[in-house]
Amino acid sequence: MKQKKILIVDDEPNIVMSLEYAFKKKDFEVFIARDGTEALEISDREKPDLILLDIMMPEMDGYETLKRVKDNEDLKHTKVVFLSAKSKEKDVEKGLKMGADSYMTKPFSVKKVISDIEDLLG
Amino acid sequence: MSNYVVGLVIIFYLAMLFVLAYFAEKNQKSKWTNNPYVYTLSLAVYCTAWTYYGSVGIASSSGISFLAIYLGPVIALPLWILVMRKVIRISKQHKISSIADFISMRYGNNRQLGALVTLTCLFAIIPYISLQLKAVSETFSLISAKGSYESTGFFDDSTFYIALLIAVFVAFYGTLSTDTSEHRKGIVATVALESILKLGFFLAIGIYITFYLFDGTSDLYSQASLQENFEQLTTFGGLENGFNWLFTICLSIFAIFLLPRQFHVAVVENDNESYLRKAIWLFPLYLLLFNVFVIFIAWAGNISLPNTVNHDYYSLLLPLQENNYGLALLVFIGGFTTVISMIVVSTLALSTMVSNNIVIPYGFIKTLVEGNPEENTKRIKNIRRVAIFLLIIIAYFFYIRFSAQLSLYSIGLISFVIISQLAPSFFLGLTWRRGTAKGAQIGISIGLAIVFYTLLLPIVSQVAMPNVRFVEEGLFGYAWLQPAHLFGLDYLTPESNAFLWSMSFNTLTFVGFSLRTKGNYRERNYAEMFVNHENYGNLQEGGFIWKGEAYVADIKRLLSRFLGEERTNRALRIFNRKYNISETEERADARLINFSEKLLTGSIGSASAKILLASVSKETPISLVEVLNILEESKETKTSNKLLREKSEELAAMAQQLKAANEELRIQDKLKDEFLDTVAHELKTPITSIKAASEVLEDEGMPPELRNRFLENINRDSDRLDTLIHNILDLEKLSGNRSELDIGEHNMSNTIHKAIKGVEQIASKKDIKIEFLKKEKVFAPYDEDRILQVLTNLLSNSLKFTEPHNGRIKILLEDLDEEVLVTIKDNGRGVPDEDKDYIFDKFYQSKNQNVKKPQGSGLGLAICKKIVESHKGSIAVDKKFNKGTRMMFSIPKQQ
Repeated sequence: MKQKKILIVDDEPNIVMSLEYAFKKKDFEVFIARDGTEALEISDREKPDLILLDIMMPEMDGYETLKRVKDNEDLKHTKVVFLSAKSKEKDVEKGLKMGADSYMTKPFSVKKVISDIEDLLG
Repeated sequence: MSNYVVGLVIIFYLAMLFVLAYFAEKNQKSKWTNNPYVYTLSLAVYCTAWTYYGSVGIASSSGISFLAIYLGPVIALPLWILVMRKVIRISKQHKISSIADFISMRYGNNRQLGALVTLTCLFAIIPYISLQLKAVSETFSLISAKGSYESTGFFDDSTFYIALLIAVFVAFYGTLSTDTSEHRKGIVATVALESILKLGFFLAIGIYITFYLFDGTSDLYSQASLQENFEQLTTFGGLENGFNWLFTICLSIFAIFLLPRQFHVAVVENDNESYLRKAIWLFPLYLLLFNVFVIFIAWAGNISLPNTVNHDYYSLLLPLQENNYGLALLVFIGGFTTVISMIVVSTLALSTMVSNNIVIPYGFIKTLVEGNPEENTKRIKNIRRVAIFLLIIIAYFFYIRFSAQLSLYSIGLISFVIISQLAPSFFLGLTWRRGTAKGAQIGISIGLAIVFYTLLLPIVSQVAMPNVRFVEEGLFGYAWLQPAHLFGLDYLTPESNAFLWSMSFNTLTFVGFSLRTKGNYRERNYAEMFVNHENYGNLQEGGFIWKGEAYVADIKRLLSRFLGEERTNRALRIFNRKYNISETEERADARLINFSEKLLTGSIGSASAKILLASVSKETPISLVEVLNILEESKETKTSNKLLREKSEELAAMAQQLKAANEELRIQDKLKDEFLDTVAHELKTPITSIKAASEVLEDEGMPPELRNRFLENINRDSDRLDTLIHNILDLEKLSGNRSELDIGEHNMSNTIHKAIKGVEQIASKKDIKIEFLKKEKVFAPYDEDRILQVLTNLLSNSLKFTEPHNGRIKILLEDLDEEVLVTIKDNGRGVPDEDKDYIFDKFYQSKNQNVKKPQGSGLGLAICKKIVESHKGSIAVDKKFNKGTRMMFSIPKQQ
């Protein structure tokens, strides 16, 4: 089976560090971006299977990043999962409506995140 | 001087008045005719030939008693302004056009009373007009042919022609409109001009006589004091004379209110109530100026002229004696102008009264009801014109018949005594609501009868029946019925005697009969409206009570007979709109009746208006109680409407306030929500980090150095959580009260030094220099720990945003008069301009909510601000500084 590529986008290095460790452990190829701009660059280059996207980030936020991914012919089939501290129902609704494949809230269980993402990728 | 020259001058002068009147009529709204000065000058129509010539005559023979007639108006002026304001308001509201209309309306549009008042005015004023004609005629003969002129018949008497010319003038400019409540700018303008001319010329002759013929006032005094009767001329003359003074003053007070010409200029022609405020000081000044030289002219005449000449004409004879014809002509013109203005206004007022209160209600009403609008207008105008001519012609004949027996002064006084008979019904009518029409009629009649008996009979009998002796012996031989000394009072002048007794009986019978009779509901209605004008004035048409049946169509037909179709329709449209009445309403209500009565009053007088409206409606009598109840009710409705309106305005204002408060709360609420959201988010980040790290730490196969890094992360995030919680609590504490502060006198220099020490380690790590120009002692009261917190926070921010190695931070401490100012400046990346307004807000991050601030809790500056403000100081970022950041805060020296 081909190694799955995952891009983690978050500006909190401590959170990224834990996720990176856990995904690598599950044999994902992990890429990391600190904000939206960087995320788009890496996506263009690496064509990840899934993007795990924070919403509140400097420069370009998660919503904008999602929009650009979906607008891009090459990337529009990439699965995008929001991972955000914005946990209100309306925030979740908004994220899904914008075209995210799933919405997970912080704080999260690393195990649960990984199993959900594995399900998503089939 | 030739007859013809003087005649030409007169004709030229009259032509000028015609032109002036023409322009004033054409420019109705001009500032030249609508101002308080013209109004005051028109009031000066009070000064007639009696003033112009007669005062000198009196001053020359009886001394200063001529002044009494001018003191009255001056004394009464404060009262005058109060009463006039009320009278003007009432008159405007009811379209009243004369004193007869005013009095008859007050007593329920009483037709007989209106006629009686008109007759009283005729008796008083016609002799007065003839007195004016006499003055013109006599001065004309003095100036034209040195007194040789003798009238042989009225067709070759110049006075007759002058009288006719005046009649033409009044008839033309006085009847331009049928609505007599409309203003006659032309006439008022000429009267105002005439008031200037007569004063000017009189002052001119006064100055000429005092300073050219004599050597000033002291010269005149010393020469006059050599005269034998000088003592008598300069003193008051004891108690008896005192009474005479008092009566004369009273007479003139009444006259200023009641003379038809005064009522006309002061009330009917008044454009603006506020003019009264100017008139109150300007009019007395005018009277004063007019009287300054009277006594000097009188003395001069007594000194220089033979005793045989008519003393009244000293002002004319003195320049003539000096052969100064130019000045004499000016004096003559001044006198002539005085006469014209008096005759013009008087006949105008009288003709209105005669037509509206006698001719129309008693003779022409039927004809008018049947006529069409054009014919009616023509008829009404013709009635007035005929009245004007008749009045002047009657005055002329009166002058021919009686003038020889009377001086200017005595005719003037008689006139005043007669007109005073209106005083009880007028003044008491304004203040006492019990006064009735019957009381007024009987009072005036009795008063008139007494005046006739005491004052006129002696004069008439002297002319007509020189043999009858009752004047000397009293009626039927009873001495106490002697006309001039009624009830044995023999120290009064005939005029004072007449005034005292006529006024006493007039007032007594007026009050007596008013108390005995109740008057019908109309009288009570109008009494209420006049006496309590303040209460009912704003009710307008609603103040009038009427019950009965009438149809709008009938009233409309009636109105259009007098106003014409177009004006009627317009008036009714305005009325309907004002009271929100449907155009299709068939039945007329009290308001329409009252409104129509007012419209008609302007044209044909109140009594006729009432009769006419009665002819198209079926009125049901209402009881007095009902009238008062309805009035009270409408007053209350008005008041409660007003209250309601005030209340609803108040409520609206309160609703507005509530809305604003609500909005404020909503904003506060939103801010609080946002704050909580942000707090939650800020707390979640380290928690997420800790939770995730501890989860991955469960993996036992993790290399030890990585495990250590995860543990370090957990430790740092815990610290971050702790700081955050600490800051939030801190902020909450500062939002409470000041009692948390531990304020004492501290040296800011030391505090800054401590702050620098606190951050020294980080600074040296980044190789950033902190400069502080140390000031020795700058004391201020503050909580040192808190200010240290502020300084540390600001310094940490500077350190955070300044590049390592070449970073510079400067601290400046200034000792100002009232405060201590600390400035911290760095050469870092600075605060973006669009953020400068918000950096002190809690958790302010950036315009975009979803973008995180790079570092820190987001509460630091908010806490700084709270701390500084709780010291009553202020903190700010320099908006203009863009080579880094410049922050400053100040702490007042007095807490």
